[in-house]
Amino acid sequence: MKAFRIGSGAGYSGDRIDPAQDLAERGELDALVFECLAERTIALAQLRRSLDPQQGYDLLLKERMRAVLPACVKQGVTIITNMGAANPRAAGEAVLQVARELQLPRLRVAVVLGDDVLPWMLAHDAPLMDSDQTVRSLDGRLISANAYLGADALLPALQSGADVVITGRVADPALFLAPLMHHFGWDAGDWQRLGQGIVVGHLLECAAQVSGGYIADPGYVDVPGLAEVGFPLAEVQADGRAVITKLAGTGGRVDRLTCTAQLLYELEDPGRYLQPDVVADFSAVRLQEIGPDRVSIEGASGHPRPDQLKVTLGYREGFIGEGQISYAGPGARARGELALAVLESRLQRRGLDGLDYRAELIGVNAMHGPLLGADREPYEVRVRLAVRTATRAQAEQVGQEVEALYLNGPAGGGGVTQSVREVIAVASALIPREVVRLECEILEL
Amino acid sequence: MKVRDIALARSGDKGNRATLSVIARDLADYPLLERTLTPERVQAHYRDIVRGSVQRYTLPHLGAVHFVMNEALGGGVTRSLALDAHGKTLSAAILDVDLT
Repeated sequence: MKAFRIGSGAGYSGDRIDPAQDLAERGELDALVFECLAERTIALAQLRRSLDPQQGYDLLLKERMRAVLPACVKQGVTIITNMGAANPRAAGEAVLQVARELQLPRLRVAVVLGDDVLPWMLAHDAPLMDSDQTVRSLDGRLISANAYLGADALLPALQSGADVVITGRVADPALFLAPLMHHFGWDAGDWQRLGQGIVVGHLLECAAQVSGGYIADPGYVDVPGLAEVGFPLAEVQADGRAVITKLAGTGGRVDRLTCTAQLLYELEDPGRYLQPDVVADFSAVRLQEIGPDRVSIEGASGHPRPDQLKVTLGYREGFIGEGQISYAGPGARARGELALAVLESRLQRRGLDGLDYRAELIGVNAMHGPLLGADREPYEVRVRLAVRTATRAQAEQVGQEVEALYLNGPAGGGGVTQSVREVIAVASALIPREVVRLECEILEL
Repeated sequence: MKVRDIALARSGDKGNRATLSVIARDLADYPLLERTLTPERVQAHYRDIVRGSVQRYTLPHLGAVHFVMNEALGGGVTRSLALDAHGKTLSAAILDVDLT
């Protein structure tokens, strides 16, 4: 049986578009996946939807579709994406609109619904994970609650023969597992096969992170053509074994190092990677370089899937006010430290010193804390003050105090920046599977 | 000789936990890496940042040691006050550790 070719078109909501277009045009793919939801993306999208009911999907959806739809429709490449975010239905309509603009002959879009479980979460009082609180403690501040759906939620959409499958929250690797299950007819209880499908999904879900991105360390780990790093694809066999590779003529590299780094990325116990469809076991995965930029993957397995689904809840949690100012040349560090002392005194004066804050020097201790690298004398430093506040007005005071250092602070301070952002935080809870109402709506040109 | 001379590292975030993978560039260097980077050594190195415990998983056939560092991200990326809320820059710190 011919290998199933599945490409990774985006690893996050703001990812580059040109490498995805390249994959669509030259990849001879069967499927192309765009993974565009981070933890709080849906909460932010929900806020947009609350201001305009036609919004709430990924802001780059139309631009991405314009870039890849012509080639995908021409070659019969199925597009699967969670760019539906907080409004999969509107996203589906937006894709049809792009298809009309491009004057495509036909297009079938399947919209997968059911991940939005906010009403159920509000009605019940589930405990929050990693906390001694329950959902009720977020009352008045709760914005969204979305369950991580699995590959099973996408199968009806794929069975409908859709050209584009649009979802809200789905477990990222499941976006890749679903077309594999559909194509090869894998059984939902075939834990070993599903585990292997999950490892393929996990390797591809961050796009270039497996093909040369987020790894270069000049002189130690060199990556050719980094500016043109190609997005990856997998060639998957019926038994789940796969080869990870990228297109010829692209920058980057695919080898044991890039694949191992992505295999373990954001994992806790590699032997128990909890997914809606299976508890995957990566502990015995074998990677083998079988050619230039070609790595074979096998040896994943799995255990029965969990009874409950994970839910991400988005909620408001105050504001963060921030200011920064730079000092350079002789005594830069000492002037930066003097500026920090002044700022801490000013916070006291404003009554903000009891709040959670960070006062640090970029170039000295802002990334790794006061212990590591503390003995080095930098040429330039950037003071950073960030304070968690209850109100926007308090947050604005932080930047104001930093800016006032221009006239009132140490010598030679420059390049002040200020910002205020509303904090949209996330918490997690668990929900019984049966609570989720899955739906699949078909839209056609 | 330092960890950077034989390995590369990558960090990620999972809630309020930072994950850290350290991978030997040559599989023959793995035993040295495993001996050097015990959970205690890693916890000590990151003690100003990591407030909770550190678990280690070993994958000798891949040349990798993998750490889960608890209470490392100021409450998690969505609410942290840190400039690097994801903890993505944390991986490079381990490269400076002296090999045992």
